[in-house]
Amino acid sequence: MSSAAKHALIDPIVDENPVTLQVLGICSALAVTTSLLPSLYMCLALTMVASLSNAAVSAIRKVLPSSIRIIVQMTIIASLVIVVDESLKAFAFETSRELSVFVGLIITNCIVLGRTESFASKNPVGLSFLDGIGNGLGYSLILILVASTRELLGSGTLLGYTILPTLAEGGWYNPNGMMLLPPSAFFVIGLIIWGLRTWKAEQVEQPEFRIHEVHRTEAF
Amino acid sequence: MQGYVELFIKAVFVENLALSFFLGMCTFLAVSKRIQTAFGLGAAVIVVQIITVPTNTFLYHFVLDEGALAWAGLPDVDLSFLGLVTYIGIIAAMVQLLEMVLDRYFPRLFHALGIYLPLITVNCAILGGTLFSVQRDYTLSESVVYGIGSGFGWALALVGLAGIREKLKYSDVPAGLQGLGIAFIIAGLMSLGFMAFAGIQL
Repeated sequence: MSSAAKHALIDPIVDENPVTLQVLGICSALAVTTSLLPSLYMCLALTMVASLSNAAVSAIRKVLPSSIRIIVQMTIIASLVIVVDESLKAFAFETSRELSVFVGLIITNCIVLGRTESFASKNPVGLSFLDGIGNGLGYSLILILVASTRELLGSGTLLGYTILPTLAEGGWYNPNGMMLLPPSAFFVIGLIIWGLRTWKAEQVEQPEFRIHEVHRTEAF
Repeated sequence: MQGYVELFIKAVFVENLALSFFLGMCTFLAVSKRIQTAFGLGAAVIVVQIITVPTNTFLYHFVLDEGALAWAGLPDVDLSFLGLVTYIGIIAAMVQLLEMVLDRYFPRLFHALGIYLPLITVNCAILGGTLFSVQRDYTLSESVVYGIGSGFGWALALVGLAGIREKLKYSDVPAGLQGLGIAFIIAGLMSLGFMAFAGIQL
């Protein structure tokens, strides 16, 4: 694998993560993460749509006038989402009913349009396809982390299996109800960003001002 | 009349698109660094919302819904599966138009909004507004009020967050939380605050 392809595939997972660094695709990261199973399907659906739409947009990038590019890209993405939606209905009906709105909302998931705008419209087909997969994986990583934290702490289960037996079932764990409410998704993602940027210090944003620390000796 | 006022208040505070339904989060977090840019984007969202919500509701009632084509002599046609593509088409066209108008008449605002203007197309607040309006069967005039209200509520939350983040420049945030991280935590606290509006009735 050439180094450009490797970068397109690997970089978005941690170094240029779409959710924590590029600020893309956050709505669904907040909305579907109350439990793990729907999140997994969501990751799969998004990775497919992102990679295929990247490849399609990249294939027509040289003949597409820029004044109508958004509308063309949206049509491509919307058609792909309808395909994914219909195949979910055919092969995983129960989950597709659970996810109903959110599969449709992949159309408005900014990862997809953000990547077709900023990457696929300037790069060859193969690279764009890999970039789509990479960004899908980066998104999946965050989604799985958030969903497992929220499901584990909020209801004591993972994928429906009991991990921490709750008080209501005679166990010892008192579930944290706030983890099932939407604000907790903000907090969990915020904490993940904190952890990630402590590990990868080059992602830290520079503050616009430094507060001048007054020393005791200076004050007098 | 009171019904419309109640619908407006509900759309702005109780069912705030950004803080209760978590729609339009990407732009919400990325463009809330300066109050001025936030005002610009908020205004753009209100305008797009006022145009697209009634247009899409109108299309749903008179073209896409089951039996909606009865006026054209086709009472058995059900085009509702085309809903998503139609709505997004209308939204994308409107955003592209707005982009051209801004580029021509307000170049400074156009440059300030940068990449986020095309991203209004994928702002789920816009599509979400349309979907809620269709799902709740609003009439045309109700959808106009809902469009204004939901856009205004989103802009209000955005400007509020921008205001807090401007003040935050002077506080001592841990290095790893600087910028995006602390914005998430603040948005979480704001949404906890907005949960207090739940259940307000006029």
